[in-house]
Amino acid sequence: MIVLKSVSLFGEKQTDISIADGIVVSLEPTSEKGIDCSGLVALPGLVDLHTHLRQPGFEASETVLSGSKSGVAGGYTALFAMANTNPVADSASVVEQVLTLGEAAGLLQVQPIGAVTKGLAGAELAGLGGMARSRAKVRVFSDDGMCVFDPALMLQALTFVKSMGGVIAQHAQEPRLTEGAQMNDSDLATELGLTGWPSVAEESIIARDALLAEKTGARLHICHLTTAGAVDVIRWAKKRGIQITAEVTPHHLMLTEELVRSYDPVYKVNPPLRSAEDTAALREALVDGTIDIVGTDHAPHSIEKKDCEWENAAFGMVGLEHAASVVQKVMLEGGRNWRDIAQVMSSKPAEIGGLTNQGRLDVDTEANITLIDPSATRTVTSQTHSASTNNPFAGVALPGAVVHTLFRGNFSFKDGEVVEK
Amino acid sequence: MQRVVLDSGEIARALKRISHEIIEANSGVSDLIVLGIPTRGIHLANRIAKLLSEIDPNFTSDAGVLDITLFRDDLVAADRRIQPTVIPGDDIDGKVVVIVDDVLFSGRSARAALDALIDFGRPKQVKLAVLVDRGHRELPIRPDFVGKNLPTAVTERVNVHLAEVDGSDEVVISS
Amino acid sequence: MKNLVSIADLSREDALYLLDNAQQLAQVNDREVKKLPALRGKTVVNLFYENSTRTRISFEIAATRLSADVINFSAATSSLSKGESLKDTAQTLEALGADAIVVRHPMSGAAHQLAHRDWINASIINAGDGSHEHPTQALLDALTMRQLVGSNDDLAGLKVLIVGDIRHSRVARSNVLLLSKLGASVQVAGPATLVPAGFEKMGATISNSFEDSLEQQPDVVMMLRVQRERMQGHYMPSEREYTQNWSLSGKRLAMLKKDAHILHPGPMNRGFEISSEAADDPRAAILKQVSNGVAVRMAVLHELLAGERS
Repeated sequence: MIVLKSVSLFGEKQTDISIADGIVVSLEPTSEKGIDCSGLVALPGLVDLHTHLRQPGFEASETVLSGSKSGVAGGYTALFAMANTNPVADSASVVEQVLTLGEAAGLLQVQPIGAVTKGLAGAELAGLGGMARSRAKVRVFSDDGMCVFDPALMLQALTFVKSMGGVIAQHAQEPRLTEGAQMNDSDLATELGLTGWPSVAEESIIARDALLAEKTGARLHICHLTTAGAVDVIRWAKKRGIQITAEVTPHHLMLTEELVRSYDPVYKVNPPLRSAEDTAALREALVDGTIDIVGTDHAPHSIEKKDCEWENAAFGMVGLEHAASVVQKVMLEGGRNWRDIAQVMSSKPAEIGGLTNQGRLDVDTEANITLIDPSATRTVTSQTHSASTNNPFAGVALPGAVVHTLFRGNFSFKDGEVVEK
Repeated sequence: MQRVVLDSGEIARALKRISHEIIEANSGVSDLIVLGIPTRGIHLANRIAKLLSEIDPNFTSDAGVLDITLFRDDLVAADRRIQPTVIPGDDIDGKVVVIVDDVLFSGRSARAALDALIDFGRPKQVKLAVLVDRGHRELPIRPDFVGKNLPTAVTERVNVHLAEVDGSDEVVISS
Repeated sequence: MKNLVSIADLSREDALYLLDNAQQLAQVNDREVKKLPALRGKTVVNLFYENSTRTRISFEIAATRLSADVINFSAATSSLSKGESLKDTAQTLEALGADAIVVRHPMSGAAHQLAHRDWINASIINAGDGSHEHPTQALLDALTMRQLVGSNDDLAGLKVLIVGDIRHSRVARSNVLLLSKLGASVQVAGPATLVPAGFEKMGATISNSFEDSLEQQPDVVMMLRVQRERMQGHYMPSEREYTQNWSLSGKRLAMLKKDAHILHPGPMNRGFEISSEAADDPRAAILKQVSNGVAVRMAVLHELLAGERS
């Protein structure tokens, strides 16, 4: 029996959480002794629908184990592992391998995402049914990093995935409009001499796929929204009753293209950092619920992929360990509360991804719990539990700190330290 | 701490004496060219040229300018502005060239001036005139004409103020 | 000043100072003895990831006139083609004793990174990075304009027209930034697909008609070198269409003021962006630009490398 004493449940009433056999047994004050958690906000364990764990294939950047450590340090109890590994997670054998690696690490739930197309090549459907029926029970399919740009193929994929109760997570990027693109298409791109990445490349794919989702009745999830126009398209699609959900990353909520002036590839990401107007629209959309969830798009890269010319550098940023702080800042400043934070970082991503054991903090649910000190402030560093250091928030002061994470009733992160299995 | 070591009257007398010595050493003003090293050497050279023509009306040339920026081995960021070099008559071959500077210290400016001069031709003789010789030479260089020998400590600063640039004439030593 | 990466980093005073020194050095180039000892003992490396014989030679002459040792390191003949990283190459060159690295690179920002990413301490001179900047070209163009109009100061009131593929031109970017700092009014002209709106923010006005621009009677017309392969497909339907609308032809030459000046950064595509008639017109100052290139690069090398940095 573990008792978490004097937590602030969802940032509301002060109470105790009693856990037995990995299950929450009581949320009422008890006379039992336990671990003092006064001042800490208790939330259901965070769930990231968008993580790149890089294994198999790119172990120099991240492994399932190092990514899991980074996850628990960020308060996560479940990570959806993107399919762009090598080999690509486009078959039952690869997704089962990732699942097994996650179980071996044992720090949190690693839930594999399956590729939509074979080898992410965008030409033929991957073995969607096989992955769904595998031990990994894949329900989220994505070619993330690449856009499923062939509309006929996208139509088939949506139809197929609907029959399995799954969802397609689309990386919305019109490839012809973004050939050689390096940063947001703007006056700044002109000044810096970098090829622009127009907003319409994102918005046109979202609009097209919303219509395809409407036609098929399938569920569609849009990864990492970055533009004010994309927010408008999502609003329109939701109003029309289309089953569409949208995600935003911590970096697109706070960082703007101005950082590219340094030509430091730590700020190079796909989709790119946008204008201050875009980030403001994204924050507003997260606060008003148009955007459903925050996904980190945690994309670790080894140093040599970033210590080079901008155009030669890899796209991507790490994100697991500061996401909660960014969301705390944006949501609380936007007038929302901790229950809303739990919604966008835990309950809703679990629901979209079909994980019924995650995203809830209630009696008789699995004890996946995150405890956050909301009054802490900390300066982000690039050296973290991740194997990579490509952190654009390094040096930035953010509010809040994850103090403990519990996965299935056991501490996976305690007093700021990872508890290895 | 600063004190005046030469006032305007003393400066005027020193330049007059230097001018007479130049004419004496050269047995006249024939083939004589006066070049000033920027910035204050230019103004001193102008004054000497004027005095020379007053003493001997056969001296009709204006003073020239010898920029040494590109020849220095002790350049700091502050003095990298290159000035035009102006050679009266555009020719120094066979001439007696008097180089004029305000203060002679390490001798490095004079060394640079000699290098700069050689690129313009082959003078018969080169002479060095300075308003103040403060000692502490680092090179085997000695002036031919000196306004005042001034014993100083290495740490002291000698500043020549001239009316053309600074509003009034005086030489000041400060520590 | 430690590096010259971008005109954007220079104040108006910095620019005028470099131009003043370049003007003095241009006169040194008229002397019988052109060699100066200012950079004796310094080593300048020309690190060229793109072939540009002219720019490389210009820097080489500039450094040699100042008595620096010059080493050329070009992509075609070295480890650069074997996949060595920019960082490793730069650190190797510094270990070999480079005091300054003159870098030409096809990617925007490469010079900026060498100057600012704590890889090396050597001075960095940007000799053209991608579509970003080519600061010494802009300085030599400004020096040429000063000489042409007889100014020892800025270029206030001068009307300059830059024509061609503005989008991909580092020469256009550096020139727009520098000329507007110096008080000139700059117009960039080209087909709409090749003139991004961002140039307005950088200080230029935009035109999509060569004729309209010429009617405004510019004092200087700068024709950019155009990559022919870009003029078929995405940006222009054909080379022919480009030439018809954007070449400085004999007919357009006739629209120029009598005392106007024609500039081109070279090498010229005669008969494409510029007619032979225009290139050989007495108003063309193209060779003057070339000799000013040496003077400007001497001024920059001198400023960055001479003596001790205090």
